[in-house]
Amino acid sequence: MVKRLVVGAGYGLRDWLGQRATGAYMALYTIIFAFSALTLPKMDHEHWSALFSGGLMRFLTFLFFMSLAYHAWVGVRDIWMDYVKPLGLRLALHLITLFLLVGYAGWAAKILWRL
Amino acid sequence: MTRVVQFRIYRYDPDKDQKPYMQDISVEIEPTDKKLLQALVRVKAKDDSLSFRRSCREGVCGSDAMNINGKNGLACLTDIDSLTQPIVLRPLPGLPVIRDLIVDMTQFFKQYHSITPYLVNDDPPPERERLQTPEEREELNGVYECILCACCSTSCPSFWWNPDKFVGPAGLLNAYRFIADTRDTATNQRLDDLNDPYRLFRCHTIMNCVDVCPKHLNPTKAIGKIKELMVSRAV
Repeated sequence: MVKRLVVGAGYGLRDWLGQRATGAYMALYTIIFAFSALTLPKMDHEHWSALFSGGLMRFLTFLFFMSLAYHAWVGVRDIWMDYVKPLGLRLALHLITLFLLVGYAGWAAKILWRL
Repeated sequence: MTRVVQFRIYRYDPDKDQKPYMQDISVEIEPTDKKLLQALVRVKAKDDSLSFRRSCREGVCGSDAMNINGKNGLACLTDIDSLTQPIVLRPLPGLPVIRDLIVDMTQFFKQYHSITPYLVNDDPPPERERLQTPEEREELNGVYECILCACCSTSCPSFWWNPDKFVGPAGLLNAYRFIADTRDTATNQRLDDLNDPYRLFRCHTIMNCVDVCPKHLNPTKAIGKIKELMVSRAV
């Protein structure tokens, strides 16, 4: 294969905008969550479970974890793109990051619906 | 009354030196010597083996860009009195050193040329010039003044790590200069070319470029405007 430097993947904007949007949502969720948690009548398992038993809170929290995963994917991938030069190693790190984040998101959903 | 200025200068002559070293040297300067470049010329008179680029000596040509006490700048615009001594001078970081304070700018200009740094307009030329309204012309202020000294790009960590793929602040500022120009008709191609995780989106808004620009330009703002245009095109 001829070794040529190529750029032009064409997906820069989507990820950049996605990272900003998920960041903004996470900031908003943090406020909602902090307010909900701090106004609980009592901080025990019963009230904690009740907080997450509502459909809206589950929806918002699940969205938070999905946002976190997407945000982290772009951020961590940026680190690999900045610092890791060998293509094979970079691809491997991308895949490991992707698998881990998908796994974490699934795990978060499982915890959320078990609470 | 003459004064003595102390320097610590990065020296490297690939024909003679195994590796770079720092040279301590002091020179006497006259009361009329206000700028760093004037003192450097006196250093050169004392030790003519020292190499550095300079030309216009008034911040227009951009050739005497160097790392001054850890911060990139133009020697001809830097007041000697604003610097703590010894004044530590190094070549611009991140580019290959040719000799002493002279760096190889090939990579920097390669990126600059990659953004098609000229007006593209396939419309038939009008009888007289292509006109702009004062508002349209206003948008070019703060971007057209770039002198390509490379202070910004060589202070940008993203450019250090990916100089072959990331256009860098100077290139992107100039890219915006042509994107913003209403006389240019290649806006879409320009945005397509930059919509890339490396070419534009290696910028992590570190803003070293804004901090060092000797012309007080704001590449980060220009990059933000390019992103804004991409969003307005896509959403």
